[in-house]
This record gives sequence, structure tokens and C-alpha cells, in this order.
Amino acid sequence: MITLTIDDQKVVAEEGMTILEAAREHGIYIPTLCYHEALKPYGACRLCIVEFADERRGARLVSSCSFPAQDGAVIRTNSPLVLEARRMIIELLLADCPDVKAVRELADELGVEKSQFEPEGEGNDCILCGLCVRACQEIVGVSAISLINRGIEKKVKPPFEIASSVCIGCGTCVFVCPTGAITLEDIGRPRLAHEWHSEFQARPCRVCGDHYLVPESVSDYQELLAEEEPS
Amino acid sequence: MRILTLRDLEMAGARGTAALYPSQTKIMVGMATCGLASGAQEVYDALLNEVSRQGVDAVIRQVGCIGWCCKEPLVDVLSPGKPRITYGEITAKRVPKIVEALAQGEIVKEWAIGRLDGDENLIEGTKRSYLADDAQVQVMNQVPLYKEIDLFKDQVRIVMRNCGIIDPRSIDEYIARGGYLALYKALNEMSPEEVIEEITRSGLRGRGGAGFPTGLKWKFTRQSKGDTKYIICNADEGDPGAYMDRSVLEGDPHTVIEGMIIGAYAIGASEGYIYVRAEYPLAIEMLTIAIQQAEEYGLLGQNILGSGMDFQIKLSMGAGAFVCGEETALMASIEGRAGEPRPRPPFPAQSGLWGQPTNINNVETWANVPVIVARGGDWYARIGTETSKGTKVFSLVGKITNNSLIEVPMGITLRQIIYGAGGGIADGREFKAVQTGGPSGGCIPAELIDLPVDYEQLTQAGSIMGSGGMIVLDDRTCMVDLAKYFFTFLKGESCGKCIPCRLGINRMQKILTDITEGRGKEGDIELLEQLAVTVKGASLCGLGQTAPNPVLTTIRYFRDEFEAHIKEKRCPAGVCRELIEYSIDAEKCTGCGRCVRVCPQEAIVGEKKKPHVLDPALCIKCGACYEVCKFGAVVLS
Amino acid sequence: MDASDFSVSDIEDILGHHPYGSDVSLIAVMEELQARYRYLPQDALILLSERLGVPLSQVYSVATFYNVFSLVPRGEHLISVCLGTACHVKGGDKILDKIRRELNLESGDTTEDYRFTVEEVRCLGCCSLSPVVRIDNDTYAHLTQERVPKVLKKYQPATGE
Repeated sequence: MITLTIDDQKVVAEEGMTILEAAREHGIYIPTLCYHEALKPYGACRLCIVEFADERRGARLVSSCSFPAQDGAVIRTNSPLVLEARRMIIELLLADCPDVKAVRELADELGVEKSQFEPEGEGNDCILCGLCVRACQEIVGVSAISLINRGIEKKVKPPFEIASSVCIGCGTCVFVCPTGAITLEDIGRPRLAHEWHSEFQARPCRVCGDHYLVPESVSDYQELLAEEEPS
Repeated sequence: MRILTLRDLEMAGARGTAALYPSQTKIMVGMATCGLASGAQEVYDALLNEVSRQGVDAVIRQVGCIGWCCKEPLVDVLSPGKPRITYGEITAKRVPKIVEALAQGEIVKEWAIGRLDGDENLIEGTKRSYLADDAQVQVMNQVPLYKEIDLFKDQVRIVMRNCGIIDPRSIDEYIARGGYLALYKALNEMSPEEVIEEITRSGLRGRGGAGFPTGLKWKFTRQSKGDTKYIICNADEGDPGAYMDRSVLEGDPHTVIEGMIIGAYAIGASEGYIYVRAEYPLAIEMLTIAIQQAEEYGLLGQNILGSGMDFQIKLSMGAGAFVCGEETALMASIEGRAGEPRPRPPFPAQSGLWGQPTNINNVETWANVPVIVARGGDWYARIGTETSKGTKVFSLVGKITNNSLIEVPMGITLRQIIYGAGGGIADGREFKAVQTGGPSGGCIPAELIDLPVDYEQLTQAGSIMGSGGMIVLDDRTCMVDLAKYFFTFLKGESCGKCIPCRLGINRMQKILTDITEGRGKEGDIELLEQLAVTVKGASLCGLGQTAPNPVLTTIRYFRDEFEAHIKEKRCPAGVCRELIEYSIDAEKCTGCGRCVRVCPQEAIVGEKKKPHVLDPALCIKCGACYEVCKFGAVVLS
Repeated sequence: MDASDFSVSDIEDILGHHPYGSDVSLIAVMEELQARYRYLPQDALILLSERLGVPLSQVYSVATFYNVFSLVPRGEHLISVCLGTACHVKGGDKILDKIRRELNLESGDTTEDYRFTVEEVRCLGCCSLSPVVRIDNDTYAHLTQERVPKVLKKYQPATGE
């Protein structure tokens, strides 16, 4: 077990935990957007930054979702340095994604009324947190979508921006998305994944008659179950 | 044929020595990328022709960067018993005269720019004189010795020790100059810990930019637990303005390979990668040949030098992404993924390539290793300053008279570099600042010209050492435009993963664009400084963390230029297109009409031999007229 | 540009000649494809994904991330204008504008006849020779706007277009 100090509070944590995990276990709140406990830390949104008193380099900002909890470390989750950076990040995000509820809520929490930057382009709902891509890769295991391009052109798409041949229409990406940017629409039989340009033909439930079971997902689950069976 | 014993090495060395100092005249042509771009291939072909046609007994060899980049193409002549003479700016047309002179045991004095009376084998600490009979070399004595020439006076060539001397395609020549002796010593006389100790004592710090103590990094990687450990050479030299790594790889690839094998021994690594950027095809070619040669000699592969150590090196190519110079992005690229960095810790020393302990060092860092192991860490530590030991290769480019690579001891001042080696500002203009450290660095203004160059001094002044790019700027450089340039570059190179870099740099670039195009407003400077805090402090990787450095230093030292652009909509240096106007000075114009011919908009009119007039309404400010006017009649306001 | 230029045997050929045997680098193979076809045909990437066992989404993300790759056909001759710091400071952007004017390239980077594609690079590593432009394997040093038409002519057929 190791002991670190977060906001003047002594926190005992297990070896191998990150600062965020240690903080959460002790009810200390640190905002996040691209973090999910079922997925490997990504470190993209930078909202979870905290101030770390580094012996060699002085006080610096580190992403608590990835930085290991170290014995004797002194961490501040709300110092002026942290808040200034968090507010600027939210302002930048607000200008990029003005209609996203999750961003608006975080902005309110941080006391940011509006962004000093002019909004760019059309209302964009994707904050590029990568949760959908990572869930599809790490949990579902089909890697149907990925982050393409570079810099401000970056976006999430299936290959060649056409329907993916490996997507199973499971909706995990919809589930993890913090902004509602991904939609799966069931219109009777067809299930449409708009952002991924895909269409699935769902099968009806034998009991209630509703169409919601997508054959591609079913095959995938069957394969997984077969693998788990003792050979 | 494998090299296993010292005797084997000596025999290969003997072959190399015979090739380096043949019994007939040896003509060397500098054929690294700079040489080739200047026309060295035509010169080489012409030499082959002429020597054959005139029936002269001479061999012609290709060498790497001779070190006089601004005088390319370079042709060096070494006749037995006589000094080595360097000819500069040689064209195919000039070749016959050179060969004629050579046939008569003479030189063409007007083209001879430098003379070497001998060379040094840094690995073995021995010197070799070229001279046999003094009486014969009187005319040659009029050619200045390299050590008397400004460009070379202060240079100490450790990293570049073989460049321009050996044929980079010859492993025997590398061995003739002490090559692989350090490896032999390490494997036979030192333990891995002792090698690390020697590197630590030398004070060598990472030459890629961060300046992390190399010995310490090796120690961490050695101590980490892993099934397979990796060594990586970062040859992704992406800083615009820097080309020292390319020159080492093209001129002396084996120094990097030997360094890596020694490193692999010290760390306990069995596999190595050299990650070379796609824009360096000649370097890739040289490395491919060198690796193959080392494998043939058994210096790479299994049971190296009979020590039981296995190590192999693979080449991995970049594909055009500056961010892949960042170590975690580089590793992602080797793994076949997009070059997105990841948070550190964990550091590569603990978890790197495929999760295994990995040691990454820059080309120049590796190139120093054989010399340090051969001569000892203490020998190396005598060069340089208290905190920055050894030498550094800088690419001195821009508005300087001598555009060239230079290798100088740490601690030399900017004044010595710019007015000594550099020969002062080109075209008689005024020195304004020097940009160091590429897009991660900053500018050092003229008033700090006596600053000693080492890691700490540069950092304190607001810049960084970086990979060694030194871009000299004169009064015709707009510092605001330069800051915008760096942001435009970084905006295109940002991987886009994290918000501060992806969105922050974009905003900063927009603000600077507005300022250079006359739309700057009050508060812009403060906003830039505000954004800089977050981009520097919260970005995921070094690209974002250092991105604001150029603009922060230009605000710090050239605030007045910013204010002129913002408040007066004026560009004092005459660069920002929306804020300048071209016109013709009637007093200087001779009416020669050259400008009229090159103007794409037909914006200039005038009668022959009478002063011409430029119509600003049609002018697109391409600058072609300014480029061709020989009378200085085209002015910028 | 005929996309059916790509054939399945080409992939096998490239994979078969890879110097590292079965330990193939995805990016190295893609670079060979890019060099052969002057772009990355969609079918080639799909086949590559299957042969190497790498998810197509990863292949596509690599194809769109790096500058070297193009998903649309490039011209016969690639003109790389260096806009590194030394070249920028010596007027590299003016050379780029001149080249684009000469080739009548308003927007987009490839000429209509697919003879040339113009791209910006930072940097080619020939900083002491700035401004620098590379066309295919030829590097041109100390380029001026005046010299541009003559340099471009070398890559145009003698009979004129």
C-alpha cells in the first residue's frame, strides 16, 4: 500500500493505481471526459489534469487518469494552475462543440459562462474523446471504426467512410459516447447507424415481436460463447 | 567472412587504409544530398571521363559531407606525400583544368579553398601526416589550412570525425579509422555496467533535444524487467532547418551502428530499430548497405565478436509526420499504427516497444558512443561546460554568410558561432536574432550574442538546444511572420489527439494570421500568452508542450514588432504581404525591363531605358521583380 | 488514372520480397504500394488488411495519418517544395506560388493531365541550399522564381502539351 496527499488529504492506495483511481476511491472529484473505467487510459481530453509537485521539475500538470499514484506524492486537484488550464480547455471545446450538453455542464461547473472564441464551422457533436473507437477495439474486439486524419481534420469513421464490413451493430459505441454524437436508429426492421453509414436488418423477438436483434451481433456473441466453452 | 579477433579487425583495417591512402592520387567528391543537389553527380561523371581521357593515374571516390556546405560541389584531391586540397564550387566545366593541373603535380589555386596536412584517428588517438617532401608543396602552402579558416577554427569534429574522409559505403575504411575497436573493447574488456558508467562519466546528454543524461537512461532501461529489450535510434530529424543527423547517416553510418551495438550490450537488448524519416532516401540507402556489411562481418547478428551477444538492427521508415520524432509516437509508428503519442509515465525505459523496456536515443547521441568508450568518459568530459559536456553539431543556416554544419564544443558563444564560423550576416545586413531548437525553441535576440551555448543557458534565455538547428535572421525577417510560420507548421503536424494542442494551436495560429494580415486587435498579445499557458502546461506530449515557445520568445524580445503590426498595421521588416507595397525607385531604375519580363500580372510598365512604374492595384506581391532587379530599384514599404 | 492497375499478385510480390520475412512492417508495405501506384488503391488496402491480419480500420487510419500516403491518384511527377524554416526565411513560399501559377493550379494539388502533383514539405534537410525543391529524385538548390519554368520544362514532353 502507498500513501499520497491529495488536496491536503492523506490517501492510501494500492500499488499500480492511478491518481484518478486513488482519488475516486476516496470520493475526491476530478472531472473527466475521455475516461472510462473499462478502458485503458487515453489521456486526450486533459480535463483530469492535476498539479503534481515534481522534485526535479517543480510543479507541473499531469493527467490523473494515466499518472501512477506514487508514494509520498503531493497532488492538488483544484489549484489556480489547474483551474486556469481546465477553464481554457473547456472554452476551446465550447467553441468547437457549442451544442454538446456534457461540455456545457462541465463549463457551468468550472464557472465558464461562454467561450471567448468564435465558434468554428457547423454544430459538431464529437469531442474526439476516442471512447467509441477504444470500446470497439478493446471490449467488442472488432475495430470497426478508427480515428482518421490528423490535427483538426481528425474524426471518427469506418474505413473509407463507407459501411464497415465488420461492424456488428451492437451499439456499444452509442453507449459509451458522452455527447450523444453517435446514433443508432431503429425504424421497424432496419437499424441505422447513421454516422457509420451502416444499415442492419434486425430480427423480431419471438415473444413481443419488436425488431431489435441484429444477426451480426448474434453471430459475434455465439462465437464468444463457443470460445468460453470447455474444449 | 566474420570478424572475431583483433587480428581480423586489423586485417580489415589494413584493407581500409590501403583504400584511404592509395599509392596513386585520390580524388574525392562530396556526394551527400547537399552535394548531389548542387550538381556533384555531373562533376563526378566528368572526373571519370577526364581522368580516363587524359590518361591520369588517379582513383575517384565518393565521400559524405566534407563540411563546407555552402561551397558545394566540393572536390578534394589527395596525392601521396602532399597535403589534401579542397576545391570549392566545382562544376563539370571546371573539371578538365583540375585534372590537367593534377597530372602535372600542380593545383588550380583560384579554386582551392582549403588544405589539410594530415588527419586524426580519434578512436586510437593517433595522428597521420600526409606530407613527404616539403619542398614540393610551396604553392600548396598558399592555400589556407583548415584550422586557420574561420569556418573551421573552432570546430572539434567528434561526431563528424569520418565524414568527408571515408567512403560511407566502405566498412573497411571505417575500421581503418578505428571503427569497431570500441565495440571490441566493450565486449572483451568491460562489463555492461562499466560501459554505462563510462557513458555516465562522460556527461553525454541526449542530442535530440531534451538533453536527458544518456547514462541514466541506459541505466533505467538495463534495470527494467522484460523478456526482450529494444534499442531505437531516432533518425526522424523533423526540425525544419536541421540536417546534421542526415549528414552523419549519409557520411558515416557505421558510427551509429557501432554505438547502438555497444548500447545493446550495456542494456541487454537483442533487437534494434533505426527509424528514419521518409524524406531521407540516401540515408536509408547508406544504412541498408552498412547494416548488411556489419552482418556479413558478424558484427551484427548472433554471437557478435564471439561474445555470445546477439543483436540485430532493422530499418523502420517514417511516412511524413513530424510528431513521430516524439518517442511514444515513434514507437506507435514502428508498431504499424498512427503516430499518436501516449502519456508518460510509463517511460519507454520501463514499457516501450510492444510494452518492453526500450532505450531511444538520437543519431548524434549514438555517434558519440564509440569515441567515449574508446577514449573514456573523462576525456570526453574535458570538452564543453560544467553541465553540458562534449560537442554539438549545429546547422547554421538562414541569413548567414557561411551556411554550413558545424561541430563545436558546448559553451562556445553565439558571437563566435555567428561572426567566427558563420562569417557574419550575409549581404551586409544587420543581425537580428537566431532561432534555435526548431518549432520547440525560440529566438535569441542580437543583444544576447555573448550567450554561451549550452543546454541551461539556452533554456534560461527562453529557447532550447533542440536538435541543433540555428537559423540566423536579419533585419529583413519579420518575427511575427516567423511565429505564425511555426504555428502553421505545428498545426499541420499536430496528431490531433489532445484538446490543448489540437484546438489551442489552431486558435493561436489564427490570431497570428490575423495579426500578419492587418486584422490584429488590442488584447491579442495577452490572449496568445493566456493560451500559451494551457497549451504548454496541459498538452499530452512535447509537441504541444513546446509549441508556444517561439511566439513567447518573440513577444518577450520583439514586442514592438507585434505592436507595430497590431496598432499601426505595419510590418517593419517588409515581409507580411498584406501590409507591404512594392514600388519602383525612379532614381535607381535604369529601365532595363527585367522586372517587366517576370511580372505575372503585367503590373509594371515603362519605356526602354526610362524609369518604370509599378501599379499596386495589379500587384500580387510575388516578389519576382525584387528578385531580378540588379539595381535595388524595387523597394518594399 | 486507372485504378484497375492494381493486381493481387503485386501484394504477394511485395510481401514476398520484404527483407524481414514474416515480420512485416505495415507502413513499409504501404510505402511500397504508394510508390508503385502513386496512391493507395482501396482494394489493395483491403487485401493487405486480410493478409497481415491487421484491422482495416487501423490500415485506413495509417493511410490517412501520414503525409506520404495518398488515397487519390497523384501525378506522374511529385514536386515537393520545401517550406522548412531556412527555406521559408529565404522566400520558399514565393517559389511555391510561382510553381502553382506556372502549372495553373488554383486549388487542389494535381494538374488536370496528372503530370504533376505539388506538395509542401518541411523539411528536406538541405537547409544550406535554400530555397529547395525536389522533383521525383532530383533536388534543386538555390531556386529562384526565374528558374522555375526551365526546371518544370524538363519534366514535360518535348513535343509540348
